[in-house]
Amino acid sequence: MAEKLTLKDIAKKPDLLMSGHRLCAGCAAGTIVRLALKATRGPVILANATGCLEVATTIFPYSSWKVPWIHNAFENVAATASGIEAAFRAMKKVNKGPLAKYEHIDVIAFAGDGGTYDIGFQALSGALERGHDFLYILYDNEAYMNTGIQRSGGTPRFAWTTTSPAGKVIPGKRKWKKPIARVVAEHEIPYVATASIAYPMDFVRKVRKGLEVEGPAFIHVLSPCTRGWRYPPEKTIKIAKLAVETCFLPLWEAEFKDGEIVYTLSAPSERIARKPELKKPIEEYLKLQGRFSHLFRPKKRDDLISEIQQWVDYEWRLILKRCGKL
Amino acid sequence: MEIKQILMGLNGDEAVAYAIKQVDPDVVAAYPITPQTIIVERFSEYVADGEVHTEFISVESEHSALSACVGAAAAGARAFTATAANGLALMWEILYIAASCRLPIVMAIVNRALSGPINIHCDHSDAMGARDSGWIQIFCENSQEAYDSTIQAWRIAEHPDVQLPVMVCLDGFVLSHTLENVMTLPDEVVKKFIGERKFVTIKNHFGKEVPFILDPENPITIGPLDLYDFYFEHKMQQIHAMENAPRVIEEVGKEYGKISGRTYGLVHPYKLEDAEIAIIGLGSTMGTAKIVVDRLREKGVKAGLLRIRSFRPFPAQQIIEHLKDKKVIGVLDRAASFGAYGGPLFNEVRNAFYDQDIKPLISNYIYGLGGRDMPPQRLMIIFEDLQKIMETKRIEKTVKYIGVRE
Repeated sequence: MAEKLTLKDIAKKPDLLMSGHRLCAGCAAGTIVRLALKATRGPVILANATGCLEVATTIFPYSSWKVPWIHNAFENVAATASGIEAAFRAMKKVNKGPLAKYEHIDVIAFAGDGGTYDIGFQALSGALERGHDFLYILYDNEAYMNTGIQRSGGTPRFAWTTTSPAGKVIPGKRKWKKPIARVVAEHEIPYVATASIAYPMDFVRKVRKGLEVEGPAFIHVLSPCTRGWRYPPEKTIKIAKLAVETCFLPLWEAEFKDGEIVYTLSAPSERIARKPELKKPIEEYLKLQGRFSHLFRPKKRDDLISEIQQWVDYEWRLILKRCGKL
Repeated sequence: MEIKQILMGLNGDEAVAYAIKQVDPDVVAAYPITPQTIIVERFSEYVADGEVHTEFISVESEHSALSACVGAAAAGARAFTATAANGLALMWEILYIAASCRLPIVMAIVNRALSGPINIHCDHSDAMGARDSGWIQIFCENSQEAYDSTIQAWRIAEHPDVQLPVMVCLDGFVLSHTLENVMTLPDEVVKKFIGERKFVTIKNHFGKEVPFILDPENPITIGPLDLYDFYFEHKMQQIHAMENAPRVIEEVGKEYGKISGRTYGLVHPYKLEDAEIAIIGLGSTMGTAKIVVDRLREKGVKAGLLRIRSFRPFPAQQIIEHLKDKKVIGVLDRAASFGAYGGPLFNEVRNAFYDQDIKPLISNYIYGLGGRDMPPQRLMIIFEDLQKIMETKRIEKTVKYIGVRE
């Protein structure tokens, strides 16, 4: 494995997603992509599922991409990436064809939560099982934001969306968020990680690691959405950080080695594991976001907030166990 | 040029698989479905034995099969897949995307009835459902043609004036599972005929003229959001590409004839010159119909037939030329179009004749749904009906259903 990427390395590397795209002010997706592409090793080909990132970066005849990029459909980015990766391998095998001149190509798939948890899950699972050498980056804004904030399998419990409205009887989404990264890790692929843009070096290094392993890698990165989560654009990084500080999104890596899935806590979460008093109450995370405002107004719903807190605690304990901390 | 060909006993699926082995594409992504399965099985053996350099992606669905082909073809690979019926239906979304991205993917369709009720046998409902997707559709009469067309398809798809995906359609079981004598070309002849994939160039978003392929040295954006300001122009480009296709299909079919002795076109007439009555149709039934024509000719009936090889692009002019002076023609459809005025082929054929001053009487016969057999006797019923129409000069019922219980 190459030397650890430094801030200097990534500062020197030009952006591969250019300015002028039409992502919202405060949208985390642009930051996620720019950071991720800082970790690439050379030639890159990107595949993008239908979603905010796709529509906002490529309205014909414009494109923000400095690297080859393809959008096929919503549910098939993992299959599309499979085809690209297989094409490259076939050309290398006989040293013939337009891509044969490259030593390696970093094939990266970007998809949102809808394209990953829900409609794209089958294609993702298939591609992981087949063992294609590619990195799948899930930017999780926790709802179908491109179509106007509808709930997905990644939407957390009690969050308001336009299809899980906070009504008089039902207070937002009824079910918990699918533990997607753990589900993916159970595929026994070489590398899985969770990440937050509030810890950019941690994220970039994870991307590099995901690219370096032989076979599929998956990174789940939370993508706070100013429009859908109902918060002012300047709070994106703060919210991304609070997600980690409250253990809503523990940061970890899982590597499949010698027949075992080895989970490791990443530094920001490791600190909390060592000093549990650093763990902030989930209320601090929820209260900044309008999608949870019905938990605070007109009447504070301590019962529902504590249900969320309980879920966070369960999930955190589960991750601590997996990481050998309990 | 005299080329020594090798006679092989192959069923339709094996003929396709063997042709693909000789083409040796970079990527094959496929999912098993009866009656296409033999194609993927045979091809898997070629891969396992190291006879091809192909990366075989055994995907988890047909949707992913075609999606992977899109990725592979966009990355500059030759990509192939094969499916049937429900598998093709599952690909439906990506059919349009593959065609609009102008990716020269080749796909074998082993025609099978669409569910429901579930059925595994031949009809053309699957391919007809894809007729507006922007793919070229070639219908084969026999396994020999399945082999020959699977080779020609690459030249048609990759032609710079076309750049469209091609479906090679062969009838499920009737062809796919029936052993035939197939003349095959030597590997090097096939390789030379198809050559290397060439790339058209486009102007990318940096204003540079670059090959249309995902190449890190010359980045392009494929599949962008395309709204009312450009979408229509892009559809026009697809329409023009399809307009170029008939010429290319004929050129490739002729060139293939020079090396194989088997020349192919858009339509294939049989005993049509002096015919008074004729049938027109697709696929293997038209092979059976030749025998019926022969028998009728022995009895002094001036019968003939026109087999449509290329359903997309639809060869309207060639059909008019061949059939305009006939008295009655019967259009055979192996697919129903619920609520439409007759079957899909009938609609197109009759439409083609609308502006002709002199035109035949045109009658529609829907047959063979779900694999219902079409033996010579049933074809004879159709010809007898055409004779009756010729005598009475009138069609009592425009759309008739052949071989079905009342």
